[in-house]
Amino acid sequence: MDKKKKRSITRGVILIVLLAAIAYTVYSSATKDKVEVLQVGDKAPDFELVDLYESGLKHRLSDYEGKGIFLNFWGTWCEPCKKEMPAMSNQYASYKDQGVEVLTVNIAQSEFEVKKFIESLDVHFPVAIDKTKSVMTAYNVDLLPATILINPEGEVEKIITGEMNEAQIASYMESIKPEQE
Amino acid sequence: MEKIICVCGHENPAGTKLCGKCGRPLTEEAKTSKIVDMKYDGAAIRSKTRNKSIIDKIWNFFSSVRVGITLIIINLIAASIGTIFPQEFYISVSTEPEKAAYYEKTYGSLGKLYYELGLSNVYSSWWFQVLVGLLAISIIVASIDRGIPLHKSLKNQRVKRHESFMKRQRIIAEGAVTEGDSANTMNLVEEKMKKLRYKVRRDGNALLAERGRFARYGPYINHVGLIVFLTAVMLRLVPGFYVDESMWIREGEMRAVPGMEGYFIENEKFILETHDNQQTENQELQGVNVVAKNYQTDVKLYKQADNSIPGQADNLELVKEYSVRVNHPLQHDGYAFYQMDFRLNEIKAMNFELTNKETGASLGAVSIDLANPQDEYVINDQTKVELMGYYPDFSGFENGEPQTATPTPNNPAFIFKMVTPDKPEGEISFVAIQQTIEPNGDNTHKMAFNSVETRNMSGLTVHKDSTIPMLAIGGAIFMIGVVIGSYWHHRRLWVEQLEDGTIRLAAHTNKNWFGIKKDLDAVTAFAHLPTYIDQSEDDQDEKEKEGDSTL
Repeated sequence: MDKKKKRSITRGVILIVLLAAIAYTVYSSATKDKVEVLQVGDKAPDFELVDLYESGLKHRLSDYEGKGIFLNFWGTWCEPCKKEMPAMSNQYASYKDQGVEVLTVNIAQSEFEVKKFIESLDVHFPVAIDKTKSVMTAYNVDLLPATILINPEGEVEKIITGEMNEAQIASYMESIKPEQE
Repeated sequence: MEKIICVCGHENPAGTKLCGKCGRPLTEEAKTSKIVDMKYDGAAIRSKTRNKSIIDKIWNFFSSVRVGITLIIINLIAASIGTIFPQEFYISVSTEPEKAAYYEKTYGSLGKLYYELGLSNVYSSWWFQVLVGLLAISIIVASIDRGIPLHKSLKNQRVKRHESFMKRQRIIAEGAVTEGDSANTMNLVEEKMKKLRYKVRRDGNALLAERGRFARYGPYINHVGLIVFLTAVMLRLVPGFYVDESMWIREGEMRAVPGMEGYFIENEKFILETHDNQQTENQELQGVNVVAKNYQTDVKLYKQADNSIPGQADNLELVKEYSVRVNHPLQHDGYAFYQMDFRLNEIKAMNFELTNKETGASLGAVSIDLANPQDEYVINDQTKVELMGYYPDFSGFENGEPQTATPTPNNPAFIFKMVTPDKPEGEISFVAIQQTIEPNGDNTHKMAFNSVETRNMSGLTVHKDSTIPMLAIGGAIFMIGVVIGSYWHHRRLWVEQLEDGTIRLAAHTNKNWFGIKKDLDAVTAFAHLPTYIDQSEDDQDEKEKEGDSTL
């Protein structure tokens, strides 16, 4: 009797292990493209980029702890990026004092192009260029525009790909606003 | 589940066909058949012994050979469907709509259906992976279920077997020795069988000669190899085991390496060399102009200092300098960079002459580095060109503003403000390839295009596969199993001398009956044994089953 029970348990364990292996395989292949990428709830990878205008100013993510970070990746050729920028600029003006920081990251274009572009749009928020695409790689940005919301605890709150309208931008900034003391 | 107690007193698990100790047939089927079924040596297949709980039922399902074969066939069909049209990763378009369009355009409505059913990416589909997984479970369960009882029964073989077992073997002999003293027969048999490299065991008046028992383990070894192989394939999905990324990098650029954290690669130079030989007739016929000799990218691999973070580029240390050529990848730390693709002559810089339209006189040259355009290009105190806009891939105007379609300088366009002694307030000119617009009417000066400088772009793939050793080991084990199972045979000979001095003999092999008969002929002649008969010789059905008893 004991022996039978033991055998049943052995069989059960073997079957469970094998089924778990299948489940894991299917799961990880389904999420393959995202495995090494960050997901909502992950700690946002730290990075450091030099400001477009002040070469002495470095934007380091970990320096902004306690603030909500609105991290936006863009390029001058990307039409939706261009469209959402004025709204971002507007909302940043009102959320700046509430502990929300905006950092927009251009993907490896020349300073000239980036400056001209920002000036022509007359938008006001910090801009940096990811010259080696390393931040883009770390955040696994594929399609532009891409926006990563990082809460005051430094965790990824939401990942948005595609154009946002002003109301959405406002609600996103609201969602990462630190609690007022 | 009751045990079956044999006449000899040995307790056998239910489902046993031949008593584990003496070999007496235990089932009705075995008792009535002329030749016993020697598969698994008559031991009870584990799944046959009990069939009670849900676990046992699942277990038995996977243990079934019929289920296993069905799974193999389904897997084969699924895998072959994936070869009807090329899979998505062989197609050089990246976005979903492009892929859909590609299949429809190239293969018609069948191609469209193929894509829509997800068959264009069969091997990554969840259901294909589940099928392979089920097959793996079937292999493992069936092997445990058969291998362990077989091993036990082979290990605990008795020398002396019961008459009913002996008589039901395919090859038997019974009778008096044909010549000489029967008292010495067993010794002669032992001597001869040892010479034939059999292992001989004796127990009283019985003898068991056995050879090549390990051949019975061939199929199980082969299964182990298969499982190792499948495990390795599965491990590819575990982060860190398998990287396969591609990247484009221009000469002079430095890029973070995808899939290889903290590493950067710089393209120093891309070189394409061609053979300068005369075209052969065949090449001319095929329209081949040049034959490539070498594709090469001279690269520098950098690593960030420890505990650096992405974006920092001021603390890189050079790891390696290498010329990546086809079949000569740059290798570092398990990663390899392969030369995969190239694009020649992308515009890097454009040279203009600031020219007076009327006189054609040049006021000076301006060279614009497209990777790093400047705000202004000063020629002298009174003459300069201000760059007001740069559009690398000019695609037209929108609300009067020039647009760029991509960040790549495929069709560069500029807005210049030319400040000259004649026109100190400046003249504005929009300059694109073969297109000049002067928004404020006729200018006296123009930016005359002079020449371009180009650079090349290299396509590299970054590859890492830590599962290769495991794949190789799995493959090797598999082949060893196949060889063992195919080229060695398990042969056994049971001989018993009855009290009246007559001999009873039986022989069995899992394959190649011709071989064992040769051995038997030799020992029969040597020890003057009675002539053996092959009980299946007149029985066509049994003969056809010959190859069936590998396990």
